Amino acid sequence: MNNILELTDLSKELDHFRLNKVSFSLMEGCITGFIGVNGSGKTTTIKTILGLILKDGGSIKLFGKEMTEHERDLKNRIGVVLDEGYFYDDMTLKEMKNIISPAYKSWDEDVFVSYIKRFNLSLNQKISTLSKGMRMKYAITLALSHHADLLIMDEPTSGLDPLVRSELMDLLLEFMKEEGKTVFFSTHMTSDLDKIADMLILIDDGKILLSEEKDQLLDTHAIVKGDNKLLNEQTRKLFLVLRETAYGFEGVTSKKSSVHQQMSDVLIEKPTIEDIMLAYIGGSKDAI
Amino acid sequence: MKIIIKNSSDQPLYQQIKDQIKAAILRNELAEGELLPSIRSLANDLQVSVLTTKRVYTELEAEGFITTKAGKGSYVATESQELLAESKRYMVESKLTEVWEMARELGINKDELYSMMDLLFEEDEQA
Repeated sequence: MNNILELTDLSKELDHFRLNKVSFSLMEGCITGFIGVNGSGKTTTIKTILGLILKDGGSIKLFGKEMTEHERDLKNRIGVVLDEGYFYDDMTLKEMKNIISPAYKSWDEDVFVSYIKRFNLSLNQKISTLSKGMRMKYAITLALSHHADLLIMDEPTSGLDPLVRSELMDLLLEFMKEEGKTVFFSTHMTSDLDKIADMLILIDDGKILLSEEKDQLLDTHAIVKGDNKLLNEQTRKLFLVLRETAYGFEGVTSKKSSVHQQMSDVLIEKPTIEDIMLAYIGGSKDAI
Repeated sequence: MKIIIKNSSDQPLYQQIKDQIKAAILRNELAEGELLPSIRSLANDLQVSVLTTKRVYTELEAEGFITTKAGKGSYVATESQELLAESKRYMVESKLTEVWEMARELGINKDELYSMMDLLFEEDEQA
């Protein structure tokens, strides 16, 4: 599988925050989830990729080409959904569309109309009257109406009810059915990713902590519980985080097979993405 | 074909899926030349990552159970008969090795073991 997007040592210094040599790549045909707590650098990274914030250093390659040199061409192949929407509230859906569509060479009015119908949106409605869910559906409609190959979304699910969220996930899977499509989306709600993500990238405090296949991550990590007596200098090293009480310990490990070999009589459970995310973030904080 | 993923299993996901597809081929539930689902649709149905199903197919192909034609999809390999016979024999052999080791540990000799096996065959014929 080819790399659709490659970031190398991307850095950006802001007033109270910096992106610290962010490097990762997105594989063609994959849904990649970009996770991290609020303020970890997800939005800054996405805005820098899109050129909405100028980078200080590093390189951004899209479809094999440097973004800064081929920005216009490359942007034609990206569909974007940003958290705040960036729409003019006083306009109708139709007016807003008329502003956005000329920017794309391959704008497809038929696709646009079919999504509008599917989501029961009305073109003469003002944007200010849209509910949060409707607004997201409108943003997705705009993002998918020019046959983009890469869909980038910043927190598309935040503030949405479970039904609309699952509708969105189904829509993403539908988008992926066509060959050569790639999705990159940030979220702090890791449950969105349990079902649909192929790859996970974890960012914390402007640094990438983890970039791995989701299923592999879930296979190699585990929640381990057992008697405190089993903890010694060697077995402690197997854990990313460890919580000890008078009744026993509970920890998250990234070395499930070593735990199997070195610790008998422990309970080993499957972690969620959230467990793993918190373990890595907690682990890095302790080290500082 | 039935594929069930155990969340409680210690086996990696791709291994679980691979073993079950292989078993389906061995049981002839998946016939020679039959088209397998695409990696994306299998991934969606099983709710695993496309990277996992891709690995399953790549390994099954390397082991000769399936073939992949670019742009068309993956099929159960037609040359798999000899391979199938071989893996069936291998599966029985490995079980027999376990039995033989157990018998030796427990002090059961060759004649006793043979007569146990004869008995099993006789029971089967009567039934």
